[in-house]
Amino acid sequence: MTILTKEEAQALMKKVLSYSKADECEVTLNGSDSGNVRYARNSVSTSGFISQTSLAVSSAFGKKLGIATINEFDDASLEKVVRRAEELAHLAPDNPEFLPFLGPQTYSTQSKTYVPETAAITPSLRADAVDKSLTVAKQNKLTAAGFLQNSTYYSAIMNSKGLFAYNTGTDVNFSVTLRSADSKGSGYITRDFNDVSKLDTLAATKIAAEKATRSIDAKALEPGKYTVILEPAAAMVLLENLVFGLDARQADEGRSFLSKEGGKTKLGEKMLDERVNIYSDPSNPELPTNCWNGDGRPQEKVNWIEKGVIKNLYYSRYWAQKQNAKATPGPDAFIMEGTDTSLEDLIKGTEKGILVTRLWYIRSVDPQTLLYTGLTRDGTFYIENGQIKYPIKNFRFNESPVIMLNNVEALGKPQRTVSGETGANGLIPPLKIRDFTFTSLSDAV
Amino acid sequence: MKRRNFLYLTGIGVGATMMRGVPVFGTPIAPEAALEYIDPAAKKILTDVALNAARAKGATYTDVRIGRYLNQFVVTREDKVENVVNTESYGMGIRVIANGCWGFAAIDKMDKDSIAKAAATAVAIAKENARLQSEPVQLAPQKGYGEVSWKAPIEKNAFEVPIKEKVDLLLSVNDAAMKGGANYVDSILFFVNEQKYFASTDGSYIDQDVHRIWPLFTITKIDPKTGKFETRNSLSAPRGMGYEYINPRESDKITGGPSVLYKDRYDMLEDAKLGAKQVTEKLTAKSVEAGKYDLVLDPSHLWLTIHESVGHPTELDRVLGYEANFAGTSFLTLDKWESKKFNFGNKNVNIVADKLQPGSLGAVGYDDEGVKTKQWDLIKDGILVNYQTIRDQAHIIGLNESQGCCYADNWSDVQFQRMPNVSLQPGKAPLKPMEMIKNVEKGIYILGDGSFSIDQQRYNFQFAGQLFYEIKEGKIAGMIKDVAYQSNTQEFWNSCHSICDQSDYRLGGSFFDGKGQPGQVSAVSHGSSTTRFNGVNVINTARKI
Repeated sequence: MTILTKEEAQALMKKVLSYSKADECEVTLNGSDSGNVRYARNSVSTSGFISQTSLAVSSAFGKKLGIATINEFDDASLEKVVRRAEELAHLAPDNPEFLPFLGPQTYSTQSKTYVPETAAITPSLRADAVDKSLTVAKQNKLTAAGFLQNSTYYSAIMNSKGLFAYNTGTDVNFSVTLRSADSKGSGYITRDFNDVSKLDTLAATKIAAEKATRSIDAKALEPGKYTVILEPAAAMVLLENLVFGLDARQADEGRSFLSKEGGKTKLGEKMLDERVNIYSDPSNPELPTNCWNGDGRPQEKVNWIEKGVIKNLYYSRYWAQKQNAKATPGPDAFIMEGTDTSLEDLIKGTEKGILVTRLWYIRSVDPQTLLYTGLTRDGTFYIENGQIKYPIKNFRFNESPVIMLNNVEALGKPQRTVSGETGANGLIPPLKIRDFTFTSLSDAV
Repeated sequence: MKRRNFLYLTGIGVGATMMRGVPVFGTPIAPEAALEYIDPAAKKILTDVALNAARAKGATYTDVRIGRYLNQFVVTREDKVENVVNTESYGMGIRVIANGCWGFAAIDKMDKDSIAKAAATAVAIAKENARLQSEPVQLAPQKGYGEVSWKAPIEKNAFEVPIKEKVDLLLSVNDAAMKGGANYVDSILFFVNEQKYFASTDGSYIDQDVHRIWPLFTITKIDPKTGKFETRNSLSAPRGMGYEYINPRESDKITGGPSVLYKDRYDMLEDAKLGAKQVTEKLTAKSVEAGKYDLVLDPSHLWLTIHESVGHPTELDRVLGYEANFAGTSFLTLDKWESKKFNFGNKNVNIVADKLQPGSLGAVGYDDEGVKTKQWDLIKDGILVNYQTIRDQAHIIGLNESQGCCYADNWSDVQFQRMPNVSLQPGKAPLKPMEMIKNVEKGIYILGDGSFSIDQQRYNFQFAGQLFYEIKEGKIAGMIKDVAYQSNTQEFWNSCHSICDQSDYRLGGSFFDGKGQPGQVSAVSHGSSTTRFNGVNVINTARKI
């Protein structure tokens, strides 16, 4: 099935609801078309096209709930899936955490998540974009491994209490790693946009090429505490663990870095440097996200951290009701405020420090202190007297984003980036951090 | 199966949040649908449509996978059932070579017109990308097997067991943990059935039925005075077995140490009772003093170190650079293998790759490009002797056939090189874990897997665990915490001092080994006996925020 318009989705879901005999019925509809090219050793390795659609029906009688799905859309099939959901609901016991479905919601103006030019990407356009990247690699006698993926998707929700929401979106994601012929240098860049016109694979690959060339013959520094400049792609993989960890239930239950003794939490407390401001905003033009979350709640602008103070936590509807709190959903993406200072100026203002392109294999070591471990990768350089002096070998770090954001030296200009660990998006500045803890050296290039 | 029981519980909590960190694949389906098996003859008709359509458009090679991926999750916390969900993902992936280049298309509409159109799309993509290709794809020859099948040798299909039985088990587990002093407990039973049908222009039509099971829990204990908390995860292993895995047998238990350990059957209830005691003990355990220790690593822990430091760097696609942009490359470059004397580890280190081991997660009859599976050496007497590879890379290491390591996690994803089971062979001399500990002066005995991280070429790693016991002068001196060890792969395996014998050999593993772009997961087991490594660097991970 192709991507349905709002009117087509609405008509289909109304038909499904017309078959319902339950106390409450909710229909969700999701579909996507996506294409990709993967390349390595300066040649295409895999490429493909994937098309998927699914319709789910949730039927409730009191606190009894049944769910069934189908991907056939003739009338008989649609009625069948409703009957099946109702049968399941009749047989289910009460679910103590079930809440009635939401009624009509007011959403902010639709975010510009859909861009027609991105939806129109063809295999030929993908090949052209990769060709530009490969040209840079070959001209610089480097070996490229990269990935270009675009998708067009839609989602809709409608229920018997009058809720309806629809969204469609596009995304194009590109990343490339260039390695020197002797395998002694490596450079990386990643880009992610809703609008393909913002993607320049040639320019992006040139940045990766420069990092690869400059990183050859890295020197070893002793592990220890250093001032670091984390480029957005590197900062993202630590910050996301802080932002996506702002869960109220975990904090209230005492098993979070936000928990305190006696069942209290750190909500409202200053935990971080006062220059740390983190929020989410679905209507941000650089990072538009859906204006409703999966259960139909509006996604609005939310200040999560303001001047270093934990201002909001996110709640499930059940937990919010139990705690008598606003049922704020978790963000789809997040924004960290910065300054107008460029990355280059951050480097110029650094007497001694380390520039980090990318962090890799991030894993939790201790959830109580939000301690994470991982390594630098694909472009790590020593800075002295405001200049990149020489490439250095990669380090393993053991650091908590909470500790890191108490050691802020300076913030740069925010830039849209994507997590290499989870694929989540952020609009975040490069971070200059003092006393970042590197615990061992790695010989990996 | 009693349909009424199944349906009764299927509705409980559906729609609630799944257990943290547990991904959901596919879409929910009715429980009875999980027991339907699609007739291979019907699948053959559909795959022939794709094979013929691709050939007509100019493909020189085509393979087609019809996948039906069934999952069942039973999720509980404390005295509540959070979720009982059956999911299914059903569709077709078509891979072609045209103009010397790979192309792929996947659809979930299984009518003949949609299939033919998808085959044409795959060919068109291949032809479009051929202009970027530096050399044509070179496939190792593979004979066609005709119509064959393979089924996992399970004793009891988990999808046939009434949900009530599963819920009762988990609620008993939770009750035991709570009575033992836990503040919270999450528990889950996770079952997988992959029904895979493969057809190719080589002349193979292969029908396979794969089953997997993973029982797991996390127990949390909080000290209300300090606000500190600790967790203890189950010491179970996911297995390529049926429901029989969680019907415990005394003969499968290893006792005599600080915790009970499990071989081919797992006692979830007993482990939860022990877990509640141990998590309480963790809260007051002393913090480790950083330094060099001799480590005694239980198989419930060592499987992950084997996976990261041996399984991944011996993947030929990493060695060649195919994963350079994401999962990384490998320090085990071709020159090291060609020298035939690269010292990977101590001479007592023998590591085997295999796709045959019964009960393992990676066991199948044929891989996802129609290659019959087998076993081979990776590390022999401490020397690197081989890699793992697939059909389009076999020629690079002089093989005239693939080693059968191709796998896709879904019909919607293209198959590529994934590791087989990679296992450390047991020691030849009789040796039990407690006998091994008697000879350790200053050491740490580690059980269970915890935090893990390794660099992109698989040199520098850091691992933690679930339970850490200090060893002083040959005796276990008590529990410690805040332990993580760091090493370099080659140094670590060269510090391998001794390995317990076959009687201690057990499998660990994961359902979720990630690799590739778009990212895919694969299930894989790693076997070992308890093993001692001398002089490993241990750090203290305690911090204050």
